[in-house]
Order: sequence, then structure tokens, then C-alpha cells
Amino acid sequence: MTASGGAMTASGGAMTAGTIAPRGGFAALLHAEWTKFRTVRGWVIAMIVAALATVGFGLLGQDSCGTVNNAACTVPLGPGGEAVADSFYFVRQPLAGDGSITVRITSLTGLIPNPSAGGHVQAGSYQNTAGLHSGVEPWSKAGIIIKESTSQGSAYAAMMVTGAHGVRMQYDYTADIAGLPDAVSAASPRWLRLTRSGDTITGYDSADGTAWTKVGTATLPGLAPTVQAGLFAASPLYSHTVSASLGASAVTGGPTLATAALDHVGLRGHWAGRWSGADIGGQNGMYPARPGSFRQSDGRFTVTGSGDIAPDVPGTAGSGGIGIGQALIGTFAGLIVVVVVGTMFITAEYRRGLIRTTLTASPRRGQVLAAKAAVTGLVTFAIGLVATAIALPVEEHHMRQGGSFIDPVSTLTDVRLIAGTAALLAVAAILALAIGTVIRRSAVAVTLAIVVTVVPYILTTVLPAGLSQWLLRVTPAAGFAVQQAYPKYPQLGMDYATASGYYPLAPWAGFAVLCAWAAAALGLAIFLLRRRDA
Amino acid sequence: MSASLHAEWTKLRTVSGTSSLLAATAAVTVAIGAVAAASARCQPGAFCGVDPARLSLTGVQVGQVLVAIMAVLAVGNEYSTGMILLTLTAMPHRTAVLAAKAAVVSGLVLASGTVAVLGSVLAGRLILPGHGFTVARGFPALSLGDGAVLRAAAGSVLYLALIALLSLGVAAMVRESGVAIGVVLGLLFLFPVLAGVVSNADWKRHLQQIAPMNAGLDIQATTGLHSLPLSPWAGLGALAAWAAGTLLAGGLVLWRRDA
Repeated sequence: MTASGGAMTASGGAMTAGTIAPRGGFAALLHAEWTKFRTVRGWVIAMIVAALATVGFGLLGQDSCGTVNNAACTVPLGPGGEAVADSFYFVRQPLAGDGSITVRITSLTGLIPNPSAGGHVQAGSYQNTAGLHSGVEPWSKAGIIIKESTSQGSAYAAMMVTGAHGVRMQYDYTADIAGLPDAVSAASPRWLRLTRSGDTITGYDSADGTAWTKVGTATLPGLAPTVQAGLFAASPLYSHTVSASLGASAVTGGPTLATAALDHVGLRGHWAGRWSGADIGGQNGMYPARPGSFRQSDGRFTVTGSGDIAPDVPGTAGSGGIGIGQALIGTFAGLIVVVVVGTMFITAEYRRGLIRTTLTASPRRGQVLAAKAAVTGLVTFAIGLVATAIALPVEEHHMRQGGSFIDPVSTLTDVRLIAGTAALLAVAAILALAIGTVIRRSAVAVTLAIVVTVVPYILTTVLPAGLSQWLLRVTPAAGFAVQQAYPKYPQLGMDYATASGYYPLAPWAGFAVLCAWAAAALGLAIFLLRRRDA
Repeated sequence: MSASLHAEWTKLRTVSGTSSLLAATAAVTVAIGAVAAASARCQPGAFCGVDPARLSLTGVQVGQVLVAIMAVLAVGNEYSTGMILLTLTAMPHRTAVLAAKAAVVSGLVLASGTVAVLGSVLAGRLILPGHGFTVARGFPALSLGDGAVLRAAAGSVLYLALIALLSLGVAAMVRESGVAIGVVLGLLFLFPVLAGVVSNADWKRHLQQIAPMNAGLDIQATTGLHSLPLSPWAGLGALAAWAAGTLLAGGLVLWRRDA
């Protein structure tokens, strides 16, 4: 067969090199292993298949715009270029130059849908409040905000009370600083203050209106001289996963409402003097929201709002965007192929008895395996790099053509996704090679390699969350963390599901777990190769 | 035919891997099912969207891997050792050889699968009530007297046998154990990965309908049947179609090509 023919030539080359230049030992070994690899037609074809699978597999996943079925959709971008949700009820007036706003909040209540409500959550507004019952979303928020303009995605800084996370200062969508803990009530009200001075906005909180604590300072570069400032209320989507089975989960839920009672509004600086209220994001924006409202009498305000002011990452209930990580789903197909090739690179030697020739030609067994690992790793990395570098832009284009909005990522993240995926494939192939050396039988070795690298990911949809997240920390499958494209913001009350592209470990930590497994397996393989008869 | 059956039976029986793989299938299936059941909780007051029968039978998803190895090796070993030449010389009727292999392999898997599934159901029956899945919360103890649970259990045994036949067919096609197991595991696992990330509901549903593992495991569902991509038996039928297709292709390759 092809395997024996090609490999035979290679072992001859290794022998010659070994006798002529004993000092060039490892280089000669590398050359011998490279020759073995490239002259077996099946393996070359397999590597091409791996590259094509990595690129092409994701194209199957033609996608429309998030949960919305109408054609094109766009998501507002924040000051940092990231996709954001920016829908809330805003009671505002213009503030010229520096100034401050102080307010006391005495209650935060809300309306949320029943868990059994069912159905897909669509963008747009929800006029009918039937089917809602009282309850506050943990990340419902109300308080004071200073915002560049009323357009979505503009810079802002806000002080707020939340449903279950105490007082927070948040600004420019991604920043979140904790203030006073516990929920707000008439018995224990919360005082909030925002002070603008140039580009700097400082947030304070207080339990009694006299003793103030600084919560944080936001720098909003290039903030306009006149800003919109005032009171706001927002309440994010309620979502609940009702059933999960193999790759399928049904999500139910809907928009919620939050109502805050505020008084003791104190303004300093040049304020226009008249309050007006509006739903930011309109009533047909990307974020599913209910219309809000406000009432004002004797210096008391009641503000009701729906929506969220937060980063928009794939997997949030209200997200209109999809993740760039979806373009890399072909990695799984590519991974299975390179794992098979990595394993067979050694098990084929055992099957054909070639291993005896190889070890006679170069008796330093550890170096033989090291050379094999180097060739496997380098070839796979190169193929993976080319495949991913093509897959990412091609599929991004494909998804955009399909009317999808892809949540933007930085160039650095793009580079990490490409290089990280190639490295993931390379290390997995080396792990497979080591497993093949230990086990020697291709079917069992291939199975073991696939089971430890791919199966934990698949089990995330079947096993209870605690167990599956644990598997993704300790098994070689932790390496997929390198493909996580978006940060896990704690201020989004969502499950960061693996299917949406989130992993329990940080990208390079997860990759380090995979590398540790590969190193350990390679160590064991070298040990056994030295100890056992071939 | 009975002679070739007897020959295949002798070959499989006397290879050391077969019996240990079959025993491991049963042990691993029960163990994974017990771990899955033990790590599930139904908190008081919270909504528990868990299918207890399906949860207890989670181990089948790992057990099927061992079944696939066993079936692949039944063919792959013949090629890797050169035994296939002897086999085909002794029994020139090639399709009968494959049919005999299929019969013996599926018979063995049915036996081991029955033990695995009964053990899993028993483990679920013993473990789940202690984790909040009580009669009061609408979760009666798992019992084969319950029609749906019986269907899930018997279907899971059939599922394992069909996975074995699918693997046998693939191995007969590609002839190399390592490649064959790669193809089988790819067929089983790539569909759910893809279905997991596709957010277009129609695409997702179609993927789950044609995927051998997703469709086949529909047989395990005892709750929320209306939301399944395929009805339980139709799902198992889809897997049976995959198994028949690969066996046919494997038989064709065996018949047409030099060994």
C-alpha cells in the first residue's frame, strides 16, 4: 500500500543521514519524519481535507439575524467599537458645561413574564402587559445618567440601583463598579450623585444624603460641552432555558419593566430647566423592550423603563448579533481529521513493522518521538493557520451576506483566534501522536484522542452545568477556550453557554491545560517507547 | 450461512478485545448515567426541565463509542492482520461474510446493551428521588412498567446495536480501523456541534433530523415529545437508515474491491 512504499524510502534516508553525520542527528531525524509524512498520499490528502473541513463546515451554518427573522439588522456600537444594547427610558434635560445631579431613590419594583410564557423573543416593543407578574430582574437598573446624546451607543456614565446587585456605577457599556450593597427600599433609600468636570464624571453614593462615598471615576474622552442628563430606568429581558438536549435548547422569556421612585432631585450647573421623557432606542429598536413612561409631581418622579444599557455579546437574550466564533465551528471537523492523522503517524509504523526499521536506524527512541511530534505539530500548525486565516474572513463575509450582524472584535482578538485555533489543532495532533504511541492500536488510540478533545464539548448540552463546566476545565477540551472571542461581562445576567462560544477558563489558561496534557502524554509515550519492545 | 455465523462467532469470541470492550460498554454506560443522575438537582420551588429517563441513559452516549470500537475492530482487525484473505478464501460468498459479522456483532451488542440500559435505569431509579426528583414534583420513580420509559430503555439497546452496524459498514468501506473510527465519531459528533451553534431554527431542526446521534437518541425522550425534531421511533428509523446505508456501501466495497 502507499503507506509502506513512502515510508520505506524515508527510513532509508534516515539511515544514511545517521551514518554520515551523527552530529546532525536530530535534524536528520526531522528530515526523515518529514519525508515519511509527505510521501504517504493518504496523510497529505487528509491534511487537505482537514483544511477544507475547517473552512467549509462553518458555511453549512447559514444564519439569519439572531432571533429576528427580518432581513438586515444592525446593532449599535459603543465608544470602544463594541456592540452594545442601548435601550431605556430617559427623563432628561440638557446640561451645558460642568455640573452635577443628585437624587434619592426609595424603591425599585418591576414586572416580569411567567416562566411558562414560551415562544421566541422578537425585537420591537411589547405594548400588552398581560401575562406579567410583579418581580424585579436582578439587573434591572434605575438612577441617574449623563450621556453624550440621545443616540444609541453614545458615551455615558451612570449611577444606579439594581434589582439584586446593589448600587453600581457603570459607564461606556463595559465598565461596572460596585457601590453600596443590598436592595433599595423606603426604609433604606439610596442617594446617588454624578459630577461632571470636563471629560471626567465622578459617581458617589450615600445611605443618608450627608455622608458620601466616591464609587468611581469615568473618563469619557471628547465628551461634548452640552450633554443630556437626568433620570433613567431599564430592565433587561427575562430569559429562561426550559429544556436542553443534544444541541437543542428552548429559551422562553420576554421583556420586563422596572419602576423607580425618585425624589430630592438636586441640580447644579447650567440645566435647561424642563424635563422630557423618551424611550431611547425607539419602540422598534433591536433590543426587545416595552414602552416606558414617567410621572412628576411635587418633586417626586416615578420612572418606568425597559431594555438595557450594556455590552451586546452573542448569547444574550436580547442580542441581535452573532459571534465571530461561529466561523470557526469547522475546527471540530478539522480536529477529528488531524487527530486521526496524528495517531496513525505512529500506529501505522507499528502495524507495518516499520517501527523496528526506524528504531534500528536511530536507536535514540526519545528523539525519534520528539522528531515525530515536531513534524506533526509544525505541519498541523501550518495547515491550521492557513485554513483558519481563510475561514474567518470568508465566513464573516458569508454571514454578513446572509443578513447577519457579527459582533465586532479587535484585530488582536482576530489574530488570537487564528493563531490559537492553529495551535489548538497542532497540540491536539501531538496529543494524539502520544496516545497512539502509548496504545499502539489505531482504533482505540483515535477514539481516546477524540473522546478527550471533542466529547466534553458535546456533553455540555447533555450533562448538568456544574459537571460539564468542570469537564471543560480539566480535560484537553479546555483548549477550546482559546476560541472565546468575547469577554464574559458579569453585569449581564446570562448563562455563558458553551454553544454561544464561552468557556470556563480564560483563553490561554484553557490552552495551557491542553498543552499540559500533551506534554504529560508525550512524556509517558517516550518513557514507554524506551521501556517496551517495539 | 450457519457455518459463516459460527466462524464469525469464533473469531470475535477468541479475540481478547471483544469481551473486555463489551463489559466496558456496560460498566461505562451505567457509571456515566449514575454520575449524570447524581449531579442533577431539582431545587424546591425551581422549575425542573429534566427528562429523568433521558438523564439516566446519558451513559449511552459514551457507551456507544466503545460499541463503535468493537464493531470497527471486527472488520479492521481482519485487514490489519491479513486475516481477511483467509476468511474470503474459506468463505468466497463475501456478502454472507458481512451479513454474518453484522448478525454476530449486533447480537453481542444487544446483550451487553441490555445489561447497560437496565443498570442505568436502576441507577436512575435509586439516585434521582434523593435529588429532588420526587413523585410530589411530578417525577415518579423510573420503572419499565411505564410505557415511555420502557420505550426509552428498549430503544437505547436498539440504538447501540444500530451504532454497531453503522460502524461495521464504515469499517468495511475504509478498511483501516483508525480511519474508520474517525469517520464514525465524526458522523456522530459533528452534527450536534453544528446544530448547537446554528441559531436559524429551521436549519437546526433539519440538522437534528438527519444527524445519526441526535435523531437516534430521540428514542430516549419521555417528556416534551412534541418539541422533538422527530418522533422517537422516526428518529431511531433515521439512524437505522444510516446503518443500512453504510452497511450497503460497505458490502458493495467488499464485493467489488480486492481485499
